[in-house]
Amino acid sequence: MHPVYLDHNATTPLRPEVLEAMLPYLQTHFGNPSSIHRAGRRAKQGLETAREQIAALIHCRPSEILFTSGGTESNNLALGGVLRSARARGSHVVTTAIEHSSILEPLQALGPDGVDATLLPVNDEGRVEAGSLVAAIRSDTVLVSIGLANHEIGTIQPITALSRITKERKVPLHVDAVQAAGKVPIDVDVLGVDLLSLSAHKIYGPKGIGALYVRKGTAISPLLHGGPQEREKRAGTENVAAAVGFGIAATLAAQELETNAAHCLLLKSKLRDTVLSRISGTYVNGLIDDCLPNTVNIGFTDTTGEGLMMGLDLAGIAVSTGSACAAGSLEPSHVLLALGRDPEAAKSALRFSVGKDTTEAEITYVLDVLPKVVERVRAARSIMSNE
Amino acid sequence: MSNEKTSPGSGVRGPKSEINIQQLASGPQHPKRVLAALSGGVDSAVAAALLVEAGYEVIAISMLLAGNTEGHDGGCCSIDDFQDARRVAEQLGIPYYVLNLKDAFRSRVIDVFTDEYLRGRTPNPCLLCNRDLKFDLLWQRARELDARFVATGHYARVEYDQTTDQYRLLRGTDQRKDQSYFLFTLSQVQLARTLFPVGHLTKSEVREKARTLGLNIAEKPESQDICFVPDGDYARFIEERIAATQPRRVTAGEIVDEEGRVLGTHDGIHRFTIGQRRGLGVGGLTEPRYVTQIDPQSGRVAVGAKKQLMTRGLIANGVTWVLGKQEAEVNASVKIRYRHPVIPARIVPQDGGRAEVWFRQSYPAVTPGQAAVFYDGDQVLGGGWIEKAL
Repeated sequence: MHPVYLDHNATTPLRPEVLEAMLPYLQTHFGNPSSIHRAGRRAKQGLETAREQIAALIHCRPSEILFTSGGTESNNLALGGVLRSARARGSHVVTTAIEHSSILEPLQALGPDGVDATLLPVNDEGRVEAGSLVAAIRSDTVLVSIGLANHEIGTIQPITALSRITKERKVPLHVDAVQAAGKVPIDVDVLGVDLLSLSAHKIYGPKGIGALYVRKGTAISPLLHGGPQEREKRAGTENVAAAVGFGIAATLAAQELETNAAHCLLLKSKLRDTVLSRISGTYVNGLIDDCLPNTVNIGFTDTTGEGLMMGLDLAGIAVSTGSACAAGSLEPSHVLLALGRDPEAAKSALRFSVGKDTTEAEITYVLDVLPKVVERVRAARSIMSNE
Repeated sequence: MSNEKTSPGSGVRGPKSEINIQQLASGPQHPKRVLAALSGGVDSAVAAALLVEAGYEVIAISMLLAGNTEGHDGGCCSIDDFQDARRVAEQLGIPYYVLNLKDAFRSRVIDVFTDEYLRGRTPNPCLLCNRDLKFDLLWQRARELDARFVATGHYARVEYDQTTDQYRLLRGTDQRKDQSYFLFTLSQVQLARTLFPVGHLTKSEVREKARTLGLNIAEKPESQDICFVPDGDYARFIEERIAATQPRRVTAGEIVDEEGRVLGTHDGIHRFTIGQRRGLGVGGLTEPRYVTQIDPQSGRVAVGAKKQLMTRGLIANGVTWVLGKQEAEVNASVKIRYRHPVIPARIVPQDGGRAEVWFRQSYPAVTPGQAAVFYDGDQVLGGGWIEKAL
């Protein structure tokens, strides 16, 4: 069996069409899009076409798209940029306990600068309740930031309902849509959001490029200074080839959204249902409905996610558990802890995220290997506790 | 174990470990799969390389033990070390994982280390780490991965004795690097699944092997004594650790001489070790003075001349024997700390896992908290934890 990759929430392979579209911009069209000569204009053309393609994916205007180096920078820019421009009015941010670290850690780092963050709790399925948002918004709240879909458990938040609250309270709403893009339809007006983060490599585009949607009229200050690029909101020569790849990836993601989502949902459901029925002591972390079609997070009692992940990797199967620290070891998932799981349970879960090219045969192979790996890990634990 | 069966020094040298392994391969596990611990240093790298050369399926792991992963402190769990280990695994073409064992290391090593010092004893964290992490938790991970063996870069040897059907734990061939002291707790069950591939090599041979293989860590310097206290200031480490939650656990007191005269005061017994000469904070003495006693109840630290450190033996607890329980007296050489020559002694097993260790002649500075390890020549017979001097 060739390697089976079930970690599409970590990253996706580059689509051949995307690579093909990028190559001219790494070779022939090498100009700096800020240059006014022909070479510059050619590069600029590619960049602006990509901007239009990305805008089309989320139904906004091209002028509302800023290119960044990726989802992490988009999130940092949304938080830091809004906080800087709103300093006179306050420095309170409302977010949730299950956000990606590129939301939680910047807020933590801004603490000494007087930034105060409220982390909304979630229920045991990972959903934010509207009531808790209402209660958390204060007079000095300058931003609410809520992930559209969670990276670890796939739970989708009721953003449309939550944005009614933020609109009424006149607080801008930022949504981290890095995991949701290409998997669920996104319309910034339907969602009612003011800022939205995207990343190319989660939708079969290249790494090192992302975007931040900023609704016209939303005040935001740059974090990087040193040039007029991106409407003076993000200095630095644009990563043109990557942007072009991102644009194509966005177009294809929009075109194939329904097909890919249906394909992923079918395989994911088969995987989930078979694991739950065939392996004892298993349960889903998160929601069955209102969940990303490609993502399922399963807890395995009396195991370690670390041991399961390694065992599957040695059998050629890539899955994920928690998040890795700088050294490359796994930390207990803050998302699962926020769902109310105990630390043991937070360390004994696996995230499976299928992709558009995942096959039924691959799922069958995983379903063949996984029970053996789980059994072995459990046996090792029981032997050790008896020794 | 009966004494006849294992009379020290007798017993045929078993065949080289590679051959034993074939015999052992009947278990449920993958016969040739080994979990090899990589520290980022040269010994464990060469150990893994030798296993790859010998045809084993090697899975490399590193253990993340302490929280400090900033990479600037030079301690064992720096990002640089993991990066070095990862590069070695890449060069050897084997999978590599970092295991997060921080919780276990905290509870089974750092907490014990801290408690022991606060009780006026001198712990050896490497011993605890070997016993509870490398040869216990790591083995659990090996089982999880269907591996038959755990391998480390220790300078020690395991040999199978066919006549007795037992595994013997022997010093590393390089006497200066020998690390068998840290391994005395290993049982027959553990030895049967443990490989020390560099145990029969000298350090210079290991470095030479690393150079031959083109491993980039071939010239890497030796690691620290206490990996989680990279600056060596263990007293400050302990004080900072308990400052927030349990500051009262520090036992300050008086420094007294052999007649009980008060020479000064000190900030905590955890700052002292039996035999310590420096940093006593008492001046004006003509002769060198050494810490001879630490009383955790009164906080009193006694100092005296070197001759007062001399003891005739020690009592060890938690005694284990590599070849199985020993009830009869046995003559052995004893190591009372890692960097210490062996002392000829008579071991008298007692009830409750204790043993009296009577030295042939008096020796200075028996340090409660360290291990006393019993040898017969190159062979480790067993050992225990020093409770007190006799």
